[in-house]
Amino acid sequence: MSRCVGTELSENMLPLALSRFSLVTCLGAGQAANLAALRNGTSGLRPTRFEEAPLRTYVGEVPGLGAVDIDGELAGFDCRNNRLAAMALAQDGFIDAVAAARERYGSARIGVFLGTSTSGLLQTENAYRRRDPQSGALPPGFDYAKTHNTYSVGDFVRTRLGLAGPAFVVSAACATTAKVFGNAARMIAAGMCDAAIVGGADTLCGTTLHGFRSLNVMSEEPCRPFDAARSGISIGEAAGFVLLEKPAAQTRDAVLLLGVGESSDAYHMSSPHPEGIGARLAMERALAAAGLQREDIDYVNLHGTATLAGDAAEDRAVSDLFGSATACSSIKGHTGHTLGAAGVVGAIFSTLSILHGVLPGSPHTRTIDPTFKSRYIVRSRQARVDRVVSNSFGFGGANCSVVLGRIT
Amino acid sequence: MRVFIEGIGLRGPGLNGWEAGRPVLAGTKTYEPASVTVPPSPLLPANERRRTVLTVKLALAVGAEAFEAAGREIAETATVFTSSGGDGETIHQILETLASADRELSPTRFHNSVHNAPAGYWSIAAGSRAPSSSLCCRDASFAAGLLEAAVQTTVEDRAVALIAYDVCYPEPLNSVRQIGAVFGAALILAPYPTDACFSRLDIELLPESGGARAASSGALDDLRRSSPAARSLPLLEAVARDEPQTLVLDYLPELELRLTLLPLLPDAARGGDSGRRPAVPA
Repeated sequence: MSRCVGTELSENMLPLALSRFSLVTCLGAGQAANLAALRNGTSGLRPTRFEEAPLRTYVGEVPGLGAVDIDGELAGFDCRNNRLAAMALAQDGFIDAVAAARERYGSARIGVFLGTSTSGLLQTENAYRRRDPQSGALPPGFDYAKTHNTYSVGDFVRTRLGLAGPAFVVSAACATTAKVFGNAARMIAAGMCDAAIVGGADTLCGTTLHGFRSLNVMSEEPCRPFDAARSGISIGEAAGFVLLEKPAAQTRDAVLLLGVGESSDAYHMSSPHPEGIGARLAMERALAAAGLQREDIDYVNLHGTATLAGDAAEDRAVSDLFGSATACSSIKGHTGHTLGAAGVVGAIFSTLSILHGVLPGSPHTRTIDPTFKSRYIVRSRQARVDRVVSNSFGFGGANCSVVLGRIT
Repeated sequence: MRVFIEGIGLRGPGLNGWEAGRPVLAGTKTYEPASVTVPPSPLLPANERRRTVLTVKLALAVGAEAFEAAGREIAETATVFTSSGGDGETIHQILETLASADRELSPTRFHNSVHNAPAGYWSIAAGSRAPSSSLCCRDASFAAGLLEAAVQTTVEDRAVALIAYDVCYPEPLNSVRQIGAVFGAALILAPYPTDACFSRLDIELLPESGGARAASSGALDDLRRSSPAARSLPLLEAVARDEPQTLVLDYLPELELRLTLLPLLPDAARGGDSGRRPAVPA
């Protein structure tokens, strides 16, 4: 496979196999529940009841996190974000697959490169409401390192899975769990590990709910990506994990990571470049890293969060690069915008799309913005899908596109 | 992995830049801690400087200093930012607002609270569309960032700027996360020796050996332990001393980074042909 000079990932680095993956979104726990919702066009967005003083907005809340136990040696990690991570690890045979990989490679040869934007920030928000009225001190038992700190989810997952390879957590806003595919591919190529756990978790919290509201980009109705009447995002929470390893006999049916492309907008902290220049650059770099042409791509899983500016910029970038022939859609109407988890959720939905031959639709989208030029899919349908570009863009102008597919 | 150090930026108590701090780190001048002043970044326009928080100022200051020393084009170079946390003052103010009756947040404060705020401002200030990572590994954030930057440098065969920074937290966060000093350090790593390079650095990721870990001398070791970004000090001291050295940096409990440092002599002393290339290939 030939690759251009100056592209993201060097020769011999890819492909890598997504040999096992698991996820939890507001649509349900595990691949089957999410695939069913993808096929049926089900949305998991509901009016928020998340806070005492509810905001007028819809969220993608994951039910059942109150019943997740994090105890014993791991008790210090107990917080909503790690509970969500624990729930995702428990799905789809993921823990057993990692145990088998540990037997094959050794625990020190499996890296853990996860992402989050919220980490366990909700834990600190709650602690600030229970400060000592006299001293201002936080309540006893509050564990900053194992809950709030950005590395918390990495530490928790690495400990839970009994791994001892290199690790860190990437936090680049809403692009973060797409970027970790690149971190893992580079680490494996450099010989720092033979396999890696990538993914991460992001949970609902006051900072993101009130923060996005302050930016006037949060909808009061369920989000409507690419709709002419779109009015902003619906925030969701999710966790997803992928075991990445070099392709081998036992991974012959797995979807492959073919390319990763990263870029920065150099434009604004919280608005995308209006011409989608950074977004296009990320997609171009990902295609170049995969050694693929735009005609090779069957479907683009859009970032598509339903903001006025974001969708317009992405439509521009996608139609400039792919024209109007390549099918594309955003899954945010299903799951909400899962922020720091959006990268891995997009990658896993893309993988389900390839494995099960379904083009995702866009619940809540009714009338596509007439000024848009890309070929937006509103209703899901059966179709052969071999190669997908999955987009994730975030604050600070952080962009990442991932190419997934199978050898045909 | 082998990389070459092309430029360094430094800002910490009593350490106002790499050239000014170098004699202290080399042990030829007494270390005198003093409060840290972070100059406004020459990279940002005046109206943007006003909105930036301490983490951003610190990261941009040490990053710009390292690039100046390296003589490398900022906009074309990939970056790895690493820190144990975001801007403490910003996070505290958001948490106080959310705990109050009126939970309305400032949009600027919200975007300044994200972990990759320095990377975002850097991209805008430098006009850079190059890839950028923003990492955290709590106390091991410097070692994790060095590993990622060296891996990128060798695998992608391109220069990478590593920018490590950490700032103090106000109470009550300080009681649960003590960071004792504002500290920033930046290293420009090149995959081959350029004219500006002054050290060769070999990095090995090894199982923890139980051997001697790197410590700094005297009061500098208090500084090293007080801030995750200051865990870079043993490496910076080794570079400042300008002699071959091997040291072990803390990473994760089961792992260590073994660093072998070799000063690069000026071309003339090595008989001219060093195989060096200019920083910006023609």
